[in-house]
Amino acid sequence: MTLHSPLRIYRFYRDGFKRMTVGRTLWKIILIKLFVMFAVLKLFFFPNYLKTNFSNDQQRADHVIEQLTGSVKNN
Amino acid sequence: MGEIDLGTVNWARAQFTLTAMYHWLFVPITLGLSFLCAFFETIYVRTGKQEWKNLTKFWMTLFGINFAIGVATGIIMEFEFGTNWSNYSWMVGDIFGAPLAIEGIVAFFLEATFFAVMFFGWERASKGFHLFSTWMVAIGSNLSALWILIANGWMQLPVGMAFNPDSARFEMENIWEVIFSSVAVAKFTHTTTSSFVVGSCFVIAVSSWYLLKGRHVDMAKKSIAVASVFGLLSGIATAITGDESAFANGHYQPMKMAGYEGLYKGSKGADIVALGVLTSGKKVGDGQEPFAFEITLPKGLSLLAKRELNAFVPGIEDLVYGNEEEGIMPAAEKIAKGKLAIADLAAYKAAGKAGDETAKAEALERFTVNQPYMGFGYMDSPEEIVPPVASIYYSFHYMVYAGTAIILLMLLLLRSTLKNTLVDQKWLQVFGVFSFFMMLLSSEFGWVVAEVGRQPWAIQDMLPVKMATTNIASGNVAATFFIFLALFTVLMIAEVKIMLKQINIGPEGV
Repeated sequence: MTLHSPLRIYRFYRDGFKRMTVGRTLWKIILIKLFVMFAVLKLFFFPNYLKTNFSNDQQRADHVIEQLTGSVKNN
Repeated sequence: MGEIDLGTVNWARAQFTLTAMYHWLFVPITLGLSFLCAFFETIYVRTGKQEWKNLTKFWMTLFGINFAIGVATGIIMEFEFGTNWSNYSWMVGDIFGAPLAIEGIVAFFLEATFFAVMFFGWERASKGFHLFSTWMVAIGSNLSALWILIANGWMQLPVGMAFNPDSARFEMENIWEVIFSSVAVAKFTHTTTSSFVVGSCFVIAVSSWYLLKGRHVDMAKKSIAVASVFGLLSGIATAITGDESAFANGHYQPMKMAGYEGLYKGSKGADIVALGVLTSGKKVGDGQEPFAFEITLPKGLSLLAKRELNAFVPGIEDLVYGNEEEGIMPAAEKIAKGKLAIADLAAYKAAGKAGDETAKAEALERFTVNQPYMGFGYMDSPEEIVPPVASIYYSFHYMVYAGTAIILLMLLLLRSTLKNTLVDQKWLQVFGVFSFFMMLLSSEFGWVVAEVGRQPWAIQDMLPVKMATTNIASGNVAATFFIFLALFTVLMIAEVKIMLKQINIGPEGV
């Protein structure tokens, strides 16, 4: 293959996408799936708990230590 | 923090199980089929025959469908780490960061370059470069799996690290110990070789279906010939790496091994259960016989676990209640030491906040002594360290039976291929169709053994699952569980429909 320039690379991908048959359906599924995952699920349902609730690593570490040391029942 | 909300723990567990098992429906096919595509194309390049090119393009299309539907399903697990498993993800961030970053980079470059050449480059790239790209996709996909399996191996055997009580993180001390731990090596080799078998069975199942229908007979026979050789070699390799995996369990995760073998009382020269039905409702220490029915092989378990016929293999009760003669500490003693470690960790932090350096140093010294048992300090009773025995016992034995059956199938297929009698053997074709579902289930059960078998631990002996979760409302986790269930169901229907349509069209349609 002679991929000498960015233009050739662009054409390679462009022609490849144009010629796809079953691939078109698959790309639609991939794009819908990525949209649902990142724009819906990640954004609204899966916040990073420690990043959202604490502003620096020391606070995060202290919180985790509290979790680890505060929930032990002495039998 | 107040009481641990077990509702949250269990929903988080269920959600992760759902996501991981769904993700794993696609991964073994990708790992195995990628190499088969490379083999098919190599034959095409060497022979120059058009029929091998058509055959390669057909399997590549099915590979692409599987890849497209499965791609990014693993990312959901990373979302879950941040939301549901924040304690865990914080604590292991230093260990997992490097392997997962390498995986991301490898996957990106692989998919952006060689994957595109593999699908778009048939007429634009030279034969040699196209073949190289196909091989790179196969090797890259499997190397990509390497890093996540190393991370999983570390959770089973946490080596090459130290716990930092200031940052509450396990910090990497030796990356080579992490990469080359015997558990990580056994995990990678066993997972990939068994995935090659699943990929082979996928090709065999579709080809056998064609033979049953009398369609694309020549292509189906050629595909089976290659897939059965690959499947046989991979099946044998899976048995060898499975033995290695069991040997590692015998040394580092004896409770898991005792669980999947249904061994309650340990012994020297322990027998292995070849076939057995567990006693329903059996509990640790209740005195009931573990098996309602069993056929055993003498000394087989000692051989599997220690590679010595008369070696002692600990049972569940030895590990829970201890065995002085064999030097096994009772779980109750470990729990007591663990509680001391947790109390000393709290004292260390309190002294730090108060600025009392002497008390801080003393607390750290005490903590260091008992720190290896810290995870046990979260257990409410010694019996809590026992995994769900029935789940792992039946999963493990199914895996062994399926693995044995598949080696037999591969041998039969090879024999029929060499004798050119495959077209007439309908029963073998039916077995071929069935084999894929049998092996995919076996592959899923392998993860049940690996992950359910190490319960209650998220990180073996260090961090129990119940301490790894985020302190959030269980309703939130339950809601996202059902969202995933709906999403995965839709995606699964889409995959099956597209895959079946393409299989029905056959090689002419690509």
